[in-house]
Amino acid sequence: MSMPFYVAPEQVMKDRAEYAQKGIARGRSLVATTFEDGIVIVAENPSRSLHKISEIYDRIAFAGVGKYNEYDQLRVAGVRHADTKGFTFSREDVDARSLANLYAQYLGNVFTHEMKPLEVEILVAELSADTRPDQLYHIAYEGTITDEENYAVLGGDAETITERVGESWQADWDLASALTAAVRALAGPDRSLEAADLEVAVLSRQNGRRTFRRIGNDELAELLREALASPAVTDEPAPADPEPEEPEA
Amino acid sequence: MALPIFHPVDDPGPDFSSLLRRSGTPAIHQSETALTVRHATTVVALRFADGIVMAGDRRATEGYSIAHRAMDKVFPADRWSAVAIAGAAGPAVEMVRLFQVQLEHYEKVEGVSLSLEGKANQLAQMVRQHLPMAMQGLAVVPLFAGYDLRREIGRIYTYDVTGGHYEEADFQATGSGGRDARTTIKLGFREGLVRAEAIELAIEALYEAADEDAGTGGPDLVRGIYPLVAVVDADGYAQVEEAVVADRFLALIERKRSERGTRPTRGDPG
Repeated sequence: MSMPFYVAPEQVMKDRAEYAQKGIARGRSLVATTFEDGIVIVAENPSRSLHKISEIYDRIAFAGVGKYNEYDQLRVAGVRHADTKGFTFSREDVDARSLANLYAQYLGNVFTHEMKPLEVEILVAELSADTRPDQLYHIAYEGTITDEENYAVLGGDAETITERVGESWQADWDLASALTAAVRALAGPDRSLEAADLEVAVLSRQNGRRTFRRIGNDELAELLREALASPAVTDEPAPADPEPEEPEA
Repeated sequence: MALPIFHPVDDPGPDFSSLLRRSGTPAIHQSETALTVRHATTVVALRFADGIVMAGDRRATEGYSIAHRAMDKVFPADRWSAVAIAGAAGPAVEMVRLFQVQLEHYEKVEGVSLSLEGKANQLAQMVRQHLPMAMQGLAVVPLFAGYDLRREIGRIYTYDVTGGHYEEADFQATGSGGRDARTTIKLGFREGLVRAEAIELAIEALYEAADEDAGTGGPDLVRGIYPLVAVVDADGYAQVEEAVVADRFLALIERKRSERGTRPTRGDPG
């Protein structure tokens, strides 16, 4: 008969966290930021049909990084939760905070009770309405929930990307400059990303009741070109990029 | 409310009513005892060159009295289709609400919209589920029409209480004044009507229906309540502005009055 091994709970949690982090780090990252008309979410995703960013409800969007099948299951659960709640009560009673809490509880439960933690990090974004401000909830694989202000970065390389977004972030910037800054932050100094490598969607106050809209390849390429043509943005990257590397090394 | 996560084998998929049954909220109520219910209506739909026009009166009745003067009977089902209702008001409005959520739910879960045919079938299932209530006298008979993005034409579907649905070639009207409305449209319909002509014809049909049918409300000039007219074409669902509808009605009434002329009163020797 085999004896069950004793493993310290600290070790179990550490191993699980490491496992989840590794899984998430394998995928590409994602940036969400507020802009003058709402919230824009930019993900590095070469697929046109397997989305990282999706609509949950009138003013709520979902984005996930990590293992596709896992965050897609969470996305569908979110749509179901929101539609059921909106049907039972009213459309304005559906809010991102309660959904984000449910996600956090679920992820936390899976992390402690299941064999394998979910290898995902998700974002629940809500466009501001009369009574609520713009909200960005970042939920990690173990259920930690963070209420981010202005911008959020998900994925393996989040720290460096957050730094890069933070350097260029401006309140109430227009879509083209928000988009370009997000793309630059995702790409880093050594790469450049084309429209075909990206998936972009907005929650925009211009879109009527359902505020979610995907920005297709052509429109995205046009927006990126437009931003490059304007001088305000082209001046920035030169001084910003080389300097921070020296003290770190 | 818990996060609705299901095991892959018993996942309800993109079906919203089945999801509701799972979570213990019956989508369509099975028992309701009401002796007098609000019904009687005229709703019409007709095809024109670029899409469809749908219109409905605003009156709800309870027996012989008027229950509501400004009820909406024409609704957007989603961006590219419209649904109009005739029958018992309570269950009908509830059915439309469920139908709207169902279409959006499918679109969000699956990432693509249902085809127009798919939407029509979905509504048929809801009408069929409602049959037990219809047997108790609370029938709901919707009219569904929309713009088929794949074929680039407007299409109209009618239903019966058993959930049978039939695609109409050009136009259809339902409700207690449906017969009069249908006849009016039949006389004025031709292939390739333009948007304004189709709106005009729908308005005339509703006027004639209200003229003949006690359950159908005409234009209420005193309160400024006019029938609701919606257009669905390649640009999606749009409600025709109330001012425009009012204008058309006033023009129609003026025309009718002048056509009638001054007739001698009965018994007048001249």
